[in-house]
Amino acid sequence: MLEVTTTRHNPGIDPSLHVWGWEIPLYLFVGGMVAGMMIFAGWAMLRTARGDDTRSFFSLQMPLLAFMLLNIGMLALLLDLSHPLYVWAVYITFQPASPMSWGSWVLLAVYGILLVSALVRLPESWPWLGSRVPGLQKASAYFTGSPGRMRWLGYLNIAFGIAVGIYTGILLNTMVARPLWNTAVLPLLFLVSGMSAAAAAMHLASRVFPGRPAPRSLVGGLLAAMTQPLGPQPPEKSTVNTLIRADVALLAVELVLIALLLLSLVTSNLSQIEAAKLLLAGKYGIVFWVGVIAVGIVVPIVLQALELTHRIPHTVVPAVLVLVGGFALRWVLVNAGQASEIVSTAARF
Amino acid sequence: MARYGMVIDTTKCVGCMDCVVACQAENDVPVGYARDWITTTVRGEFPKLTMEIRTERCNHCENPPCVTCCPTGASHVNDLGLVKVKANRCIGCKACIASCPYGARYVHPKGYVDKCTFCDHRIRDGKDPACVSVCPTRCMYFGDLDDPRSTVAQLLRSRKWHVLLPEAGTRPRVFYLT
Amino acid sequence: MERLSRRKFLQISAATFGAGAVATPMAPLTRAAAPGGAVRTVPTYCEMCFWRCGGVAHVRDGRLWKFEGNPLDPQSRGRLCPRGTGAIGAHYDPDRLQKPLLRKGERGKEQWATVSWDEAFGFIADRMKKIKAEYGAESIAMFNHGVGVRFLQHVLRSYGAINFAGPSFAQCRGPRDVGFMLTMGTDLGSPEPTDIENTDCLVLIGSHLGENMHNLQVQEFANAVERRIPIIVVDPRYSVAASKAKHWLPIKPGTDLALLLAWMNLLVSEGLYDREFVAKYGHGFDRFAAAIRPYTPDWAAQQTGIDAQTIRATAREFAIRHPHSLIHPGRRVNWNGDDAQRSRAIALLNALLGNWGRRGGIYINHHVELAAFPLPKYPKSDRPKADNPNYERYPFAHEAVTTGIRETTLTGKPYPIKAWWVYSTDLIHALPNEAETLKAIDQLDLLVVVDTMPSEIAGYADVVLPEDMFLERYDELLAGWGRQGWVALRQPVVAAPHDQKPAWWMAKQLAEKLGIPEAMPFKHIEEYLAWRCEKSNIDFAKLKAEGVILGPKEPIYVDDGAEIEFGTPSGKVEFWSEQLEKAGFDPVPKYTPPERAPEGYFPLITGRAPVHTFSRTQSNPYLASLMPENEVWVNAATADRLGLKTGEVVKLRNQDGVVGQPVKVKVTQRIRPDTVYMVYGFGHTNKMRRHAYLKGASVAQLTTRYKTDPLMGGTSLHSNFVTFVKGA
Repeated sequence: MLEVTTTRHNPGIDPSLHVWGWEIPLYLFVGGMVAGMMIFAGWAMLRTARGDDTRSFFSLQMPLLAFMLLNIGMLALLLDLSHPLYVWAVYITFQPASPMSWGSWVLLAVYGILLVSALVRLPESWPWLGSRVPGLQKASAYFTGSPGRMRWLGYLNIAFGIAVGIYTGILLNTMVARPLWNTAVLPLLFLVSGMSAAAAAMHLASRVFPGRPAPRSLVGGLLAAMTQPLGPQPPEKSTVNTLIRADVALLAVELVLIALLLLSLVTSNLSQIEAAKLLLAGKYGIVFWVGVIAVGIVVPIVLQALELTHRIPHTVVPAVLVLVGGFALRWVLVNAGQASEIVSTAARF
Repeated sequence: MARYGMVIDTTKCVGCMDCVVACQAENDVPVGYARDWITTTVRGEFPKLTMEIRTERCNHCENPPCVTCCPTGASHVNDLGLVKVKANRCIGCKACIASCPYGARYVHPKGYVDKCTFCDHRIRDGKDPACVSVCPTRCMYFGDLDDPRSTVAQLLRSRKWHVLLPEAGTRPRVFYLT
Repeated sequence: MERLSRRKFLQISAATFGAGAVATPMAPLTRAAAPGGAVRTVPTYCEMCFWRCGGVAHVRDGRLWKFEGNPLDPQSRGRLCPRGTGAIGAHYDPDRLQKPLLRKGERGKEQWATVSWDEAFGFIADRMKKIKAEYGAESIAMFNHGVGVRFLQHVLRSYGAINFAGPSFAQCRGPRDVGFMLTMGTDLGSPEPTDIENTDCLVLIGSHLGENMHNLQVQEFANAVERRIPIIVVDPRYSVAASKAKHWLPIKPGTDLALLLAWMNLLVSEGLYDREFVAKYGHGFDRFAAAIRPYTPDWAAQQTGIDAQTIRATAREFAIRHPHSLIHPGRRVNWNGDDAQRSRAIALLNALLGNWGRRGGIYINHHVELAAFPLPKYPKSDRPKADNPNYERYPFAHEAVTTGIRETTLTGKPYPIKAWWVYSTDLIHALPNEAETLKAIDQLDLLVVVDTMPSEIAGYADVVLPEDMFLERYDELLAGWGRQGWVALRQPVVAAPHDQKPAWWMAKQLAEKLGIPEAMPFKHIEEYLAWRCEKSNIDFAKLKAEGVILGPKEPIYVDDGAEIEFGTPSGKVEFWSEQLEKAGFDPVPKYTPPERAPEGYFPLITGRAPVHTFSRTQSNPYLASLMPENEVWVNAATADRLGLKTGEVVKLRNQDGVVGQPVKVKVTQRIRPDTVYMVYGFGHTNKMRRHAYLKGASVAQLTTRYKTDPLMGGTSLHSNFVTFVKGA
């Protein structure tokens, strides 16, 4: 029998680590979505550069929505900081060994890319602004008029989307102190999960403003600019189906990656086996199995498969469930991960 | 340059927590927070028991994960080879706290991240860290690991020792004699 | 047994303390770290416990920064224990008494008026004069535990008081002192001259050095551990000391005397004792040897639960290393009610080892004699001392018995006690069966409590006088006892934060008001201290600067020329004690088995924690944050059987039906299945003690039953049995 006692009771550290609350999971979720949206948007830009008519592509609307979401994410990050008045210190240096330093500069670039990308369709999709700022037309034409520039914008979106999608996974992955995170599959899992959340978000957006005449007002116009495909017609069934199929595929890959995560944990050392137990059982286990696996992945896959085969009507339910599951995944990983710690085999036996 | 390390004789440590109080006084650590602490491990079943008592703190690792993850360079290795935090560069992201396998760091009430500094202000004054200086059982030793004549080097040559969580790859510089 | 169902709590009206009276959760004590601020150092000696180690206080930018050991001090050797290091917390303690308080309304109702010192002493003197006139000055008694009482006691004596007692005798080391007095003709004094750092084998009977932070002894203990000498620990609990021992004997509580007798039996029967010492200094050895013949290791194994083989092996362990082996005499030895005889057995065992004045045994300690300041003589009294009139109650008590004074206060025989001065001791925690203490207080016309902290008994006082803590004041010189004598000075380091005053100043005011100002003929204590130093050839200026001045080096071992003598009737070590025999007691200790616990009950034993001193430090911000509460230790198998888990909150009910305060359970392998343990000094009910209020549970509250040692009046602390009340 082993009795271990400690006199340390530092707030947030003992009895187990809890320095990150809801803010970080929220940022991770939003960041993942933004990453996925940038990848889809970038892909749409490449298609546009090739000459396809992508005016109905939702993904081209995404940069503006992504910009708004990113602000929410960054606000969450700021709220998490315990010394926020010094946040500028991140931007007077670059620490090549720190994934967070990389991420901070990447996010700065992402802001730029998102704003520029939003420009592409902005005058058309948000007439209220377009009519008041004539320079927007010129700026938009600068890109839409040149396949080369559209292609580069597309590459940038995809590249930085991937960067945003995986850097947080790398950040957590590099922490040897937290065995639950210390696996190579995490960055990929975050990326794929982000993309599936982005697909779900786009699908949800497509149902919110399914092709009504483009509002010309400030607020309505902004909302439509973020969510509505260009043109007043409803999206083609095939387009929506593509989204659904993409989402199902991404969810399936996500499920495989989670399985790989668990597999690598339970076949690794004692610390990681214990970490896996944290995820699979106990209070985090409930959120994991119900929130992440069932509600977030399996049920949406089934529902969307049934939708595709016309057994049930299309609804926004699967998309909402995917988003819930996406947040649940981040929440349970961030919290269970903090609770996981290296189990010293020397101290155990 | 000296490679500072600490050697602690667990056979002598009685877990009295003098080192904790001395550190708090010396370094104005807020009450309720501890830069060092006592861990007691009891093995066996009554009446066949053994007990190891250790005083623990930041290990000033030679491969410190808390330094690599810091986005601002606030967490850094200083001119004495010690791991320290520049409060006016710390944003309080707490990545370093999550990255420390020993739970040695904490968020100071003022917002920046704080931890044991091996009392580098005392080292520069030719003194030992406060915990080492106060210990009534004299179970703590501090010095240059690279100086073969130092007490710490001699103890590590002559006694059985272990470090905490060597599997973490951090290469800690606090050694426990058993 | 009447239960204390209505605990009276001390409450201070908000008006007394202003806004600060509102209890707030303790915010982190963050002091502005002044980088490179000007630092001033002042040497003084500590009063966080009674070891009085020399230290050096550091003040940075006018604020108290830290307190470290004085390297010149032979007791701290430059390193203080955690209480000493945490002494700064006593200065910053938010619950300190701040101003003199006068009771308004009924005693125990805790309605106070803040008064000036003048008013307070006016009230006290008035009452004292009335009491003296009606009952005589002898009816004014004082309980004390601390160096600061020096002048208050002096003024009271000058007024004619004769009854003074400290709980350290009857509630702590008294039985040991008497046991050694009866055997060796000397009590061991304080600190005990145990040559631990040079011993070849150390035996600890219940002593838990390491958790009990007797400073120099812990330092020496660590040294002994490092030298890898065999250490034998006899304790129902796997203490820190036990974990470093070669042999841990998890003895059944209350049976230690059986073990000691069996050890002596083996030493004598196998001839492993110091024949030379016994031949030269022993008195009545043959009769002693015959008396202990029945106490074989096999017999003791039955009593103690320790197997006979271990009893023999451990005896030989320390015996073959004689005279350089040491059976530690212990300190707080008031366990069962026969403790003086058990301590006598320890003295006898040491005598068999011949270690008196030998390396690794009991060394001959020294101190510096200081010149006495000329003070007026005390009036003579023809009345007996109230605690032990004519030594009839406790024939061998050579110090006053606190519980004896309490008894006299209750009965009024041989004469009434009408006033209590209580200096720096919390009698509610210190004396057994608090119901008796409270009943005794009801008999008083005056109860004055002098303390730094709001103790339990302060809640019942008529007048509460706030003393400044030791870093803020002068006190009497310390003439320390040790391998080398030394003189230490206590001097102020920082000012007291409120209206607290030093006890010597209080004594002066009291003397004035009582009409005997000549009792305190100096204006300021510094005069007194300087005079004493000068007349003793001690450079006062040097003492102020360095804090400690060592006495001459003198031999501590017989082999180096130290003289030993035994102040017994025979002039020798009394293996057989005629004086005990004549008084109707056992001339050689006899063993009585302890009482059995009632079904479902466990004997409750108690001890110390390294960061706390009795009940004094539980609101010290530094020390309390390291141990804010105590726990009840329960053996894992027992806990399993009873369905108890670590962290679960329970209450303990004792054999008299008294239910204690809620306390957390600690399930551990480190204790016998039939015993439970709690650290002493917690469970404060004085609401002024905001940060310690109801933290942990009070062992004193559960100590309703006690046995009194017939030899010297010691009161037992391990005589209560408890059972668990779940769902507290």
